[in-house]
Amino acid sequence: MSFTQKHLLGIEGLAQSAILEILDKAEKYAELNLKTNKRVDILAGLTQINMFFENSTRTQASFELAGKRLGADVMNMQLQGSSIKKGETLVDTALTLNAMRPDLLVVRHPHSGAVDLLSQKVNCSVVNAGDGQHEHPTQALLDALTIRRTKGRLHRLNIAICGDIAHSRVARSNMFLLGKMENRIRLIGPPTLMPSQISEFGVEVYHDMIEGLKDVDVVMMLRIQRERMDGGFIPSEREYFQRYGLDFKKLSHAKEDAIVMHPGPMNRGVEIDGDIADDVTRSVIQEQVEMGVAVRMAIMELLSRNQSYKHKTLLT
Amino acid sequence: MSLLLKNALLVEPDLNKVAEGNIVIRNGLIDRKDFRADNEIDCKGKFVAPGIVDLGVKVSEPGESHKESFESAGRAAAAGGVTTIITRPDTKAAIDTPEAYDFVKKKGNDDCIVNVFHIAALTKERKGREICEIGMLSDAGAIAFSDCDNVIEDNKIFSRALKYASTFNALIIGHPQEKSLSHGAVSTSGKFATLRGLPSASPIAERIGLERDLALVEMTNARYHFDQITTISAIEVLKRAKKSGLDISAGTSIHHLSFNELDIADYKTFFKLKPPLRSENDRLATIEAVRDGTIDIVSSMHTPQDEESKRLPFEDAASGAIGLETILPAMLRLYHSNHLKMDQIFNAISLKPAKRLGLACGSLKHKKIADLIVFDADKPFILNRELLHSKVKNTPFDGHKLQGQVLRTFVKGKEVFSL
Repeated sequence: MSFTQKHLLGIEGLAQSAILEILDKAEKYAELNLKTNKRVDILAGLTQINMFFENSTRTQASFELAGKRLGADVMNMQLQGSSIKKGETLVDTALTLNAMRPDLLVVRHPHSGAVDLLSQKVNCSVVNAGDGQHEHPTQALLDALTIRRTKGRLHRLNIAICGDIAHSRVARSNMFLLGKMENRIRLIGPPTLMPSQISEFGVEVYHDMIEGLKDVDVVMMLRIQRERMDGGFIPSEREYFQRYGLDFKKLSHAKEDAIVMHPGPMNRGVEIDGDIADDVTRSVIQEQVEMGVAVRMAIMELLSRNQSYKHKTLLT
Repeated sequence: MSLLLKNALLVEPDLNKVAEGNIVIRNGLIDRKDFRADNEIDCKGKFVAPGIVDLGVKVSEPGESHKESFESAGRAAAAGGVTTIITRPDTKAAIDTPEAYDFVKKKGNDDCIVNVFHIAALTKERKGREICEIGMLSDAGAIAFSDCDNVIEDNKIFSRALKYASTFNALIIGHPQEKSLSHGAVSTSGKFATLRGLPSASPIAERIGLERDLALVEMTNARYHFDQITTISAIEVLKRAKKSGLDISAGTSIHHLSFNELDIADYKTFFKLKPPLRSENDRLATIEAVRDGTIDIVSSMHTPQDEESKRLPFEDAASGAIGLETILPAMLRLYHSNHLKMDQIFNAISLKPAKRLGLACGSLKHKKIADLIVFDADKPFILNRELLHSKVKNTPFDGHKLQGQVLRTFVKGKEVFSL
């Protein structure tokens, strides 16, 4: 037992062994999810609430499915605007929900640190489904599982993360996780989309994509939001695609068997050429989505185990 | 009535020394010549120093008296060794008319046990568009003019305000910050901000703001005070500017001398300040600038915020910390760590602010106003925020080990606090 936390708030505080425990558990769920009967009742009777203060379709669906396959009662709350507009603070919303005695809260919030704050005010386990520009731990875990399954290992790989690093919680969580697993990480993007002093995180920074992709095993593309391409951060969409969009020409500088990943949703023709995204020999984007459900099932199982283990030790 | 304080260590910022001696309070003034007195207190080797003159205190009256009132701020000040508070006009509504000024003046006189002077807004509603009635406000007693943390972006308006104010020889206090760089930022850019994913601004935003303000001061000959200088690159610019003969002075906050950005840790909103906490190198350089006199004044930048406005995600939370009761022990940390000498500390928190504002306090000289404190510089304690006198308790020092306790506070010769 290496993953002993009550919450999953980020990758930063996780030990290597804890990450491996989650991934090993997720492998089993990946197998289960291939079967006709995908249901186990490990979380039967437990209540899971998905609180999304920011729009999401895929992540929320993935968490919902994961909870349902484990037998939990799942409730989705779309909170962007609603009670917040009425003046209720995040902490009050959390306290209100806490009084309904959920066992698991899955939270996404547009501000960094908000999920951390919420976790301090509730009794149940909290999973960070993305907070501001801080962390998105389940995305990094599902990316890791996908890499391990396709490359056969999760260490000593050259991994490039490309695009809008500055605004990306996915990039941060992946940097932490892949770093803990002893990989070489390269960040590729224009300087306006790099966070400050990023080179102090033990990564190599490239502004030239071809140079950065040379001999990498994994190419992770990030989504770039269209409003960043109106001249504020980069001059135009076409210039961005020309310099930082992934096409076969740029990809040819990576290793022959390099895989291409994307957390979705994709902007085809902006950060990634549609043909690459659809090329099943290179792209593992669909597998990422598949592993997402498995990883989330694993985390929920482990968190409920940690909670009940704690109860038992308290009773004895 | 007269009172002898004997066996004291007298802190004399104007003489740059600390010496054993006796001092008499007679009819509200300091007497250093005649040591006969009706009563006496044996200070037993504790320090006697001029009371703190705290430039830039937010009292939250009018508008938010649930956060702090003149009554509660006065008690907090007395307990903290602050004998004069200079209030900020960034209340709801702003102190931007003679009528509003009269309200705070009356409130201050009636409710506050320490001396109070008030800064008035420089522009109406602190919006940077229309100049306040600086003449009438000066006549009413406004000690300085400031839009506080609202930077006036329009250079034409700002330069006119400075020029107009100069006819009254009024002191203008500005917040050096380049708004277009720092807009939306809640932290200082760098490794920590990147790690926490917080919107951040380069520390250069402070330097650009400072350089702009300096150019306008040069253009208008205004009397100018920079409220908070907190970064290395701004300090270098300031150092050069001070040799140019402009009528400028600079301050910093005790919190920027005490903490760095890493204290924010897991999004602790009590450490959310404006400007945001800086790097450790910036903090050390700011201390050095206080030591060498580049920065003249250290103040608490006392900013009361209630739990509701702090118990929010970091980006949404209000900025500011209270400081009236912690400024002295926090400064004494720098004394115990050998960063600052005792006379340097009282230059920065008493004498220089008094001089800059034209107040007859901040000194233990003969015939000066008897605003003074007796304190034990060594007494260790762990700060419990619930014991503070301010109505709200947003101090970043909660649970911190500090040294130094005020034993007695005298305002115009009258004891307003004793332990």
